[in-house]
Amino acid sequence: MNIPNISYVLASVLFILGIKKLSHPKSARNGNTLAAIGMLIAIIATLLSEGSLNFELIFIGMIIGTFIGAIFAIRVEMTQMPQMVAIFNGFGGGASALVAAAEFLKSGAITTFTLTTIIFSVFVGTLTFTGSFIAFGKLQGFVTGKPVIFPGQNIFNIFLAGFLVYVGFRIINNPFIVPGQQIDISFFYYLIAVSAVLGIALTIPIGGADMPVVISLLNSYSGIAAAATGFVLMNNGLIIAGSLVGASGIILTNIMCKGMNRSLANVIFGAVGLEQETTGSDGTKQMNVKSYSTEEAAMIFDAADKIIVVPGYGLAVAQAQHAVREVAEFLEAQQKQVLYAIHPVAGRMPGHMNVLLAEANIPYEQLKDLDEINPEFEDCDVALVLGANDVVNPAARHDTSSPIYGMPILDVDKSRTVMINKRTMNPGFAGIQNELFGYENSIMIFGDAKEMLQQLLKDLKDL
Amino acid sequence: MDINIITVFILAIFVGFEIITKVPPTLHTPLMSGSNAISGIAIVGAIISTKTGGDIGSYLGLVAVIFATINVVGGFMVTNRMLKMFKRK
Repeated sequence: MNIPNISYVLASVLFILGIKKLSHPKSARNGNTLAAIGMLIAIIATLLSEGSLNFELIFIGMIIGTFIGAIFAIRVEMTQMPQMVAIFNGFGGGASALVAAAEFLKSGAITTFTLTTIIFSVFVGTLTFTGSFIAFGKLQGFVTGKPVIFPGQNIFNIFLAGFLVYVGFRIINNPFIVPGQQIDISFFYYLIAVSAVLGIALTIPIGGADMPVVISLLNSYSGIAAAATGFVLMNNGLIIAGSLVGASGIILTNIMCKGMNRSLANVIFGAVGLEQETTGSDGTKQMNVKSYSTEEAAMIFDAADKIIVVPGYGLAVAQAQHAVREVAEFLEAQQKQVLYAIHPVAGRMPGHMNVLLAEANIPYEQLKDLDEINPEFEDCDVALVLGANDVVNPAARHDTSSPIYGMPILDVDKSRTVMINKRTMNPGFAGIQNELFGYENSIMIFGDAKEMLQQLLKDLKDL
Repeated sequence: MDINIITVFILAIFVGFEIITKVPPTLHTPLMSGSNAISGIAIVGAIISTKTGGDIGSYLGLVAVIFATINVVGGFMVTNRMLKMFKRK
């Protein structure tokens, strides 16, 4: 037992307490601070206890890293949080892979166990790194957000995976390994290259509304990579922290998959958006869509007592969270009840809508999740759908031929009036037309969410 | 192969599942960015790897320190910024 190990135990305890305090918004901020203190302890203990460190390099690295990290953290818009988390996953995975690689390049005797963990760590870390950058690019818009598909894609991926296993096998059974000597590293480069390509190949076919799953999964990978590096270095701190993050990502991935009623394999290999685009457009003609102005909408609101707002990705794109708050405050001042219905996969990452609405100072008690809010639609006067589409499509309940059949949805159609704000009639991500738009009690208000809400507020005040 | 380290690993996974299932959906984004910062624990490995023999190893260590620091500093800061916004009525 020595000081660094005790410090890692202490750091791990603080990480666990920190996450535990995330179980409530009131204590969450303290939790984050505790986890940060844990990290500080781990870093200081390492700096003090490890001999012959290159302090100059460490110092330079930390200054650069702090500068970049702080700029990201201060500048990022709440609507851009998915991108930010995506790229940070990448840095985490990259760091783990680099540490494992550095350990490999250290000449000297390496046991088969260590070698195996190094290979695993480099593989997961590199895959996380490239996959995260593709995810970041998709969300930021410099890589197409649509699924990228080519014939034989799954076979190509299987081939890559097979090659990876071969490369790993060759590294472990390298006849050139002699204890104390530099080892042949060409296969190690193949390992990095193939892992990098695989990270890209597994991320490009996923797009749009499936992004929450990808980000959660990459989050999990970054933790697994850290844990694997912990095995390389035989370091408890890395193993515990990495496992916590790995578990967290897997739980979130699972919640996202359930929110879409799809298996993880289906999300990764199914490439939804594309195949359905061909079947989507024919439903448009038969629908009788009623388009209303904001003035008419204001009159409906005036007569309403209970209003449920359903935010979706369109709200984030339009940066309309503050406009929503203003409208809601005006309605509440007239003794009307306003609630918010948050679907688990609304937006582009878990909890995306909650953060946006929190930014606009909307109290979190008013935000209800799927199970809580669905009974509320029965006596709701107006359901205001802002830039959400597939999560309110009633076809998920009854149309077995629909690709989203079985997906849990928000029962907005049970409200007296469903008011749907969209920019155009274009179908949502899944490429299917939403039958809700043609319902008897549905009305459409076309336009940008922010402009529409600002106009609506004006019209409400003019009544 | 050390059985103690496997024990730690398995117990940590169980603890992780126990505490994370209790995080409400409202806080899922801060959970992600916060756990992101925690996965920056790779910084410990990065610090250690700067001492490895050979220049390449050390420079890989430097890049690792940069990446991990971005993760740690950015992750905790942005999580704090987000959590500050969650208010009651």
